[in-house]
Amino acid sequence: MIAPSAYLLLSAILFGIGVVGVVARKNILIILMSVELMLNGVNVAFVAAGSYLGDTAGGVFAFMVMTVAAAEAAVGLALLIALYRLKETIDITELRVLKW
Amino acid sequence: MVNGILDYLWLVPALPLLGVVLNGAIALFAERPLLLREAGLPLTGGLGHGDASHGTSAPVTDQHGATHSDNAHGGRHETPQYRKLVAFIAPAVVGAAFVVALLCVLSLASRPADGRTFVQILFPWIQAGSLLVPAALQLDPLSSVMALVVTGVGFLIHVYSVGYMSHERAFARYFVCLNLFMFAMLTLVLANNYLLMFVGWEGVGLCSYLLIGFWYEKQSASDAGKKAFVVNRIGDFGVLLAMFLVFWTFGSLSFTEVFARVPLLRESGVLTTGLATAITLLLFLGATGKSAQIPLYVWLPDAMEGPTPVSALIHAATMVTAGVYMVARSSALFLLAPDTMMVVATIGAVTAIFSATIGICQTDIKRVLAYSTVSQLGYMFLACGVGAFTAAIFHLMTHAFFKALLFLGSGSVIHALSGEQDMRKMGGLKKYVPVTFATMFVATLAIAGVPGLSGFFSKDEILWQSFSSSHGSPFLWGIGAVAAGITAFYMFRLVFLTFFGKSRMDPEVEKHAHESPWSMTVPLAILAVLSVAGGWVGIPAVLGGSNLFEHWLAPVFHPVAAAEVVHGAAAGAAHAAEAGAHHSTTLEVGLMALSVAIALCGIAIAYFLYRVRTGKPAEIAKEWPTLYDVVYHKYYIDEFYEWAVIRRIVTFSTGLWEMFDALFIDGIVNGAAGLVRSAGDRVRRIQGGVVGGYAFSLLAGAVLLVGYLLYRSVVQ
Repeated sequence: MIAPSAYLLLSAILFGIGVVGVVARKNILIILMSVELMLNGVNVAFVAAGSYLGDTAGGVFAFMVMTVAAAEAAVGLALLIALYRLKETIDITELRVLKW
Repeated sequence: MVNGILDYLWLVPALPLLGVVLNGAIALFAERPLLLREAGLPLTGGLGHGDASHGTSAPVTDQHGATHSDNAHGGRHETPQYRKLVAFIAPAVVGAAFVVALLCVLSLASRPADGRTFVQILFPWIQAGSLLVPAALQLDPLSSVMALVVTGVGFLIHVYSVGYMSHERAFARYFVCLNLFMFAMLTLVLANNYLLMFVGWEGVGLCSYLLIGFWYEKQSASDAGKKAFVVNRIGDFGVLLAMFLVFWTFGSLSFTEVFARVPLLRESGVLTTGLATAITLLLFLGATGKSAQIPLYVWLPDAMEGPTPVSALIHAATMVTAGVYMVARSSALFLLAPDTMMVVATIGAVTAIFSATIGICQTDIKRVLAYSTVSQLGYMFLACGVGAFTAAIFHLMTHAFFKALLFLGSGSVIHALSGEQDMRKMGGLKKYVPVTFATMFVATLAIAGVPGLSGFFSKDEILWQSFSSSHGSPFLWGIGAVAAGITAFYMFRLVFLTFFGKSRMDPEVEKHAHESPWSMTVPLAILAVLSVAGGWVGIPAVLGGSNLFEHWLAPVFHPVAAAEVVHGAAAGAAHAAEAGAHHSTTLEVGLMALSVAIALCGIAIAYFLYRVRTGKPAEIAKEWPTLYDVVYHKYYIDEFYEWAVIRRIVTFSTGLWEMFDALFIDGIVNGAAGLVRSAGDRVRRIQGGVVGGYAFSLLAGAVLLVGYLLYRSVVQ
């Protein structure tokens, strides 16, 4: 039996990697993938907590998150393509329009 | 008691208001679109004509170029249907109001003398704490006289206007203003309380403004309207303060209640002489504004920029007498303040003689009449000031007749001469406009105080009272008598210059000189009859008359005496005998003869200077150039006000604008804006546009939030 804290540790590590990816990388594709990593880190925590507490709600939430993640990926990639067609780049440091 | 027709008193002001509504609808929906289409303009209304070029049926020298000639080809000659409707409605409603007023007054007269106050409460108007002001009308002998004069003379002037303004394009707009004026004026004289009277007071001011500036595209006309409005505002300020004081003292604004409480409050010491003086002086300040007395008379001569019937109705017969009416209405208060009475009498006398002298040198026919009006109003205040309120109202009435006639006659002259107002360019008009001449001559005799005509009785009553009354003095009589002589002089100067002698007209103008249509001459004739006979209701006892007028007004001005008279047996005779016993009859007749002699002297001098030795006036002017110059320029009063008041106010206001507004207020506003701006300038640098940066701050925020929550849970 693996201790629940180990699952939570894995979850935290996955989430941390995701966060670092979102903050540090310049490629939007990578950032989107990092976001997926963060979501799945959370999923691990949900499932682990659900199994530990014997509550199926954790699993249900995990499925919920996966669904949202799938939708998010679809929309995100569509935006990415649109952005690429417009700006011919997916380097986030070159897209500096979000300012006053 | 069954009130009968008196219950319909509300119709008197309501009928002109109906005219306003009907004519207003016509003006808005029929006339305005038509004028706009004709002018081909998007917004401006009627054309500015000026007295100089409107109101002539003969072809006029066209001063206004293109727009005018457009009309000549367009709709000008065909009378639009709505004009006939307006020409019917406007005089009809005023005439109907006159009939109702007359019936009401007759019904009132059938009551006993001490029961001749009828109050009709229409609806509760203002209810706030202890302030209860109903919209209530009051008909008593004083307001009867005013209502009859206003509606009667008003009706004649409406009829006259139909002819005089027949070529005016903004025809409906004119009559809307005129009807609105009648409504406001009737509200003023029929109101039962100071506040409702003030509504009428302001209403007539507004109409005066609208009608002086009727030809608003002419700069001088719009300036004159503004001047009248601003100067009157100073007086209105006084009336307002007086109303506050009245309410503070009496706890009511209703005439009946206030005057009934006077004796009681006087006894209990609440109403001190000082308080009465303050109230009456403030009321009188309002009267000097509305009734054009020194120091606020300057607007009235300028008001002649308006159409001539307006000058006759508003600036001679009715509105300008509102101040006299108000003083007479508040006579119970004025009699308690001897200082105010002295001020009123002095200002009246000084105004009478001061403006009469200005009238000597004016060349514009309407301006002579304007100064004459100021002077005659001075007489009325002189009468009020010596306590002869009856004489003041009597003169108010006769003056309304003959001054309206003089103005309408001058309008007829101006009409005949295609807009010429300069008396130097008239002369010999007698044969061109016989009716106008005859009627105006009658009015001139009346104003000059020739015995037998209305002006004689009223003016002499004032002079006698200013001599014999306990407030009067020989000095006041002297000023009044001299002013009467000057009046006779300048009025005959006007008549001689206008109607007699050789023609000095432009040949072009002379060719078209013509008598006015019947709609103008009939009112002239009726007013001429009134100018002659109007004074017969007030023939003094010393001349064998019964002075009906005084007995009629007695309940208003001497409530106690009137009650005694009613209970006494031979009312009229007893009163007259009692009055006669106080003064010597010979003295009264002697003074009367003296003032008539002075007036005849004035006429004789005018005859000598303007008929016999026609070169003489110019010589006199040359001999005393400074004196002539000063009088010709109206004693430079306008220039003095410009320097002493207007310039100061402008300097002060400029100071306020530059120091207070521009520096202080704008400083606060701009300072606050600048602060936010510079703060924003610094803060905006955080927002660099790098998405990674935003993501990082998001993360930092989340970490801080979670850290805080963890910290809290650990601490607890």
